Amino acid sequence: MSYENKLSEKVKQIKPSGIRKFFDLASGCPGVISLGVGEPDFDTPWHIREEAIYALEQGNTFYTGNKGLDELRKEVAFYLNRRFNLEYDWNKEIFITVGGSEAIDITMRTLLNPNDEVIIPKPAYVAYEPAVLMSQGKVIDLNLTEESGFKITPEALEAVITDKTKVLLLNYPSNPTGGVMTKEDYEKIVPIIKKYDLIVVSDEIYAELTYENEHCSLANFDEIKDQVILLNGFSKAYSMTGWRVGYIAANQVFIDAMLKIHQFAIICPSTISQYAAISAARDGDSDIERMKESFLQRRNYIVKGLNNLGLTCHSPQGAFYVFPSIAKCGLSSDEFCERLLKEEKVAVVPGTAFGNQGEGFIRISYAYSIEEIKEALSKIESFVKRVLTEKGN
Amino acid sequence: MEEIKLLKVLKNNARISLKDLSMILDEEENVIENKIRDLVDRKIISGFHTVINWDKTNNEEVMAMITVDATPERESGYDRIAKHIYSYDEVSTCYLISGQTSFMVIIQGKTMREVADFVAQKLAPIQGVNGTVTQFVLKRYKEDGIILDEEVKSQERMLIMP
Repeated sequence: MSYENKLSEKVKQIKPSGIRKFFDLASGCPGVISLGVGEPDFDTPWHIREEAIYALEQGNTFYTGNKGLDELRKEVAFYLNRRFNLEYDWNKEIFITVGGSEAIDITMRTLLNPNDEVIIPKPAYVAYEPAVLMSQGKVIDLNLTEESGFKITPEALEAVITDKTKVLLLNYPSNPTGGVMTKEDYEKIVPIIKKYDLIVVSDEIYAELTYENEHCSLANFDEIKDQVILLNGFSKAYSMTGWRVGYIAANQVFIDAMLKIHQFAIICPSTISQYAAISAARDGDSDIERMKESFLQRRNYIVKGLNNLGLTCHSPQGAFYVFPSIAKCGLSSDEFCERLLKEEKVAVVPGTAFGNQGEGFIRISYAYSIEEIKEALSKIESFVKRVLTEKGN
Repeated sequence: MEEIKLLKVLKNNARISLKDLSMILDEEENVIENKIRDLVDRKIISGFHTVINWDKTNNEEVMAMITVDATPERESGYDRIAKHIYSYDEVSTCYLISGQTSFMVIIQGKTMREVADFVAQKLAPIQGVNGTVTQFVLKRYKEDGIILDEEVKSQERMLIMP
């Protein structure tokens, strides 16, 4: 019997992640210095871990309600209001998910009918396209360019809208580009979102890591707030990736519909993690500031370093990634990364892992200590010099 | 440039190079060099010390934290008594504190006997000092934000993650 034949067509059409292949390569290579990780390097702050230990001691190990702990949802509502000036009803408009990943999945499953079109600005985080395909939606690429700082322009957005467009899936600050959309940038596309009744799914997991400007959400625009489904979580802001706690804030119709899937598929996120997250949302503002300051220093360091060695890049305004162009090296993104791994034992991610639009770029994470970044940069420098010399010959 | 930012970076790593500082703070090296010199001149930067875990060496020095109760004076408040205390080389740290006593004094000595002699013969007799309580440090767990107690195990992260 061929087990392949037993798989669903939907699953078969999903391509294995380009990152997976590269991960296998790097794992088989001892002594690798990695700048390839999409998670902060800080320990989860102790007051948060301590809250989880206390929850265990108290025996808080049962299911919670499907929406998550009341106290956590209240704290999330306070937090969104305090940090981003967003107002949501904690009981009707917020629920807790297993990280941002679940939120992406069930949002698409809740919204899409077969062939509904979802606009995804690219390069994009790797999970968006599969989530749309699994829900039988159709992905429409909105190509972003380095010249525009990987921002969405109203012209580019309007050009890809059709009568089948249902969703605009955003991620600012962006993984992998580090691009942000400011209030002024959003003001230009809000009328288009309103005109075409687009539903905006806005993954703002990096919101707290916005450096030069204050973070702005499309949900800050009252005229379209109910069209926005806000996804966020604790992973990046508090260095809590392994805890798997995220949340969705949206109008009640969407929340109630999404809960139908969530209650059967998930029941609830880990109870212990939810208790820990209460402490993060309530008492973690200073942790955020401390980590953000550190990320900002590392960003300055790596951007300067990359430019010095000839991989020119703009200073990304958010998240913890730089997305430099490697065009001058005359290698494809894949070749560049494979050779860098084999020849210098430095792992970075090819831009193409985030869509064809990433060709000619690499994604470098700076969620590493200055010492690690320094060592990796000097190896990248030797590599780039060697490649340019070869090219000259 | 922001002084506080520079100071915070130096606080964590006094040996950082000007070049690295320049990259981190996005500022010219000579501007930073001048700034550091200025901070040193103004005694805002008062020293560049090293955090050492003496427990791991065979240096047998002992450390004691002594709370000192004193009566403030009409003209100088606590300052004259403080100066009398901190002028001894044995005293590494001296704070005026709130609460039941007046000063927290940290001293370093070769032996417990030496510390005891210092307290009995130098500290306690100072005019205005009413009493002292000496507490010997048994083990150093954390100093200046650095945990000394355990080997720092770096948690393994995946090599590549989306």
